[in-house]
Amino acid sequence: MLNRFLQLRLRGLIVLAIILLCLPAFLSNPFHYDLATQMAIIAATVVGLNLLVGFAGQISLGHAGFFGLGAYFTGIMTGTYGWPAVPALIVGAIVVGFIAWVVGRPILRLKGHYLSMATLAVGFIIAIILNNERAITGGPDGMPVPALDLFGWELSSFGQYSLFGLEIEGFLAWYLFASLILLLAVWFAQNLIESPIGRALRSVHGSEVAARVVGVDTAKYKSLVFVISAVYASLMGSLYAHFQGFITPAVASFEFSIVLITMVVLGGMGSTFGVILGAVVLKLLPQVLADFQELETVMFGAILMLTMIFMPKGLLPTLTAVVSKKFEKKLEKKAGGAS
Amino acid sequence: MFSEFLQYLFTGITIGATYALIALGFTLIYNASHVINFAQGEFLMIGGMATVSLTSMGVPMILAVVLAVLLAGILGIALQRFAIAPAKQADVVTLIIITIGASIFIRGLAQLIWGKEYHVMANFSSDEPIQVFGAVLNSQSLWVLGIGAVLVVGLVLFFTRTLIGKAILATSMNKEAARLVGIRTQMVLMLAFMVSALLGSVAGIVVAPITFTSYDIGIILGLKGFVAAAIGGLGSGVGAVVGGLALGVVEAMAAGYLSSDYKDAVAFSMILLVLFFLPRGLFGAKVVERV
Repeated sequence: MLNRFLQLRLRGLIVLAIILLCLPAFLSNPFHYDLATQMAIIAATVVGLNLLVGFAGQISLGHAGFFGLGAYFTGIMTGTYGWPAVPALIVGAIVVGFIAWVVGRPILRLKGHYLSMATLAVGFIIAIILNNERAITGGPDGMPVPALDLFGWELSSFGQYSLFGLEIEGFLAWYLFASLILLLAVWFAQNLIESPIGRALRSVHGSEVAARVVGVDTAKYKSLVFVISAVYASLMGSLYAHFQGFITPAVASFEFSIVLITMVVLGGMGSTFGVILGAVVLKLLPQVLADFQELETVMFGAILMLTMIFMPKGLLPTLTAVVSKKFEKKLEKKAGGAS
Repeated sequence: MFSEFLQYLFTGITIGATYALIALGFTLIYNASHVINFAQGEFLMIGGMATVSLTSMGVPMILAVVLAVLLAGILGIALQRFAIAPAKQADVVTLIIITIGASIFIRGLAQLIWGKEYHVMANFSSDEPIQVFGAVLNSQSLWVLGIGAVLVVGLVLFFTRTLIGKAILATSMNKEAARLVGIRTQMVLMLAFMVSALLGSVAGIVVAPITFTSYDIGIILGLKGFVAAAIGGLGSGVGAVVGGLALGVVEAMAAGYLSSDYKDAVAFSMILLVLFFLPRGLFGAKVVERV
């Protein structure tokens, strides 16, 4: 029974769901919920970015640009033009996906450092536009975003809701909603990875030339995954904007792009649950280090460096390797004792 | 009209020379180890900040410069020895994150030591601007260009005339072969990081009187240097110089004639345009990839 469960493809998803459901037992105030909700939204973004970086092996140092575009599209459409939230979210994702497709085609011909340079440039250009078009975006001061309105049902951190007869606070409602979104994001990513598209992507990562030789249209799959990861970022950017209620160009900044890619690499490239761990660790670290005040930046840099030097494969793959090694040793001992 | 153009050109060439020096630092490290060092900008910051703080403590200018450059050099060696070398065969992205971690670490230290304020450094010689055809040239610009030129010539001589320079070149071409003919490649890599740190810190010192200096100037200057290096074609020394000057001039012209808000956007659009048409930059080597 347990064995059958462990072989299940969706076991990770079930474990994640259980963790997300149990977490409120450890969250004691709105600030904790705020952090957990942000974490879930950003983790979902990183799951999308991992499809591009971890599975297809294409670096992006400008992904916050797409996150920012999604956030601002939603902010402007719902705030300035009074659109309902859901269409704004979807149209935003389509627009951002299209932009990603247009810039992706020429960019993805580049490799390694040149590709990272080009994606960095795209991200920077988006951030500069958001910073300078004051009339539309509010410039560096940012702009307010209305609460998320789901078909007439308004979701706000300050609201009160009743769910199946239970009275719940707005911040808990947002947390549950964001958790659901994260589960959906993981479910979609896992299905994509196991599909023929996923296999094609992994072949691109292994060796692009070899993939092309066996007939994989590498250019098509690379731009497809670039678009998918940009759509992930756009949707999550939109949700983030509604959740925060206020956005500044920082959502599209180079620093945030670096944070996103660091989450992927730190957690473990190519491991969906690894990158979620990466997102959690990197989002929690500044909170923990805040106690050290002036030493915060130094320690953050040092931890980042040391983890990557000693765990180049990332946190989760390294940890699971250690655990399974120990487990195997135990099994061997048992087998040795029996014979 | 003409004086205006000349003014923008002066500004562009001055800042372009700084970009070129940073780009040369990138090139050096990239050639020796195929690492893009995202902490390159921090060497500039260290150079400028250390010089400012030492002179304000009463150390004579020349000695302060020498000490600041030495400090950056030691930092460069430490970076290679303690952060890059232990990672050995890590992925490109992993190495990028390591150098980013290093740059955050160095920036954090600088903030602890020197605080968050902007620091001002006096011009090397006179504060009197020079008039040329109606345009104003800051005397410090001449220092930037002069020292930049000396460094470039020095670097060329170093690579073509000295045994150590040739050893770096050999290592960059083929590490295994270099080791076989008796070159201590580990030493060479440390040396490459050191020279690159020296270049960066000198650039940081000469440009400090023009741009001011603070603990966080390394980010944007480092990025611009990276852009310049990629425009020139990573790994090409000539490319780094041309890319740096071109970036500086285009940026200054865009700021002058178009909009100063969008001058950074021009720089980043430029890199996209160059890469679209020349995927290996202006002077990048055509490499045949073996599968």
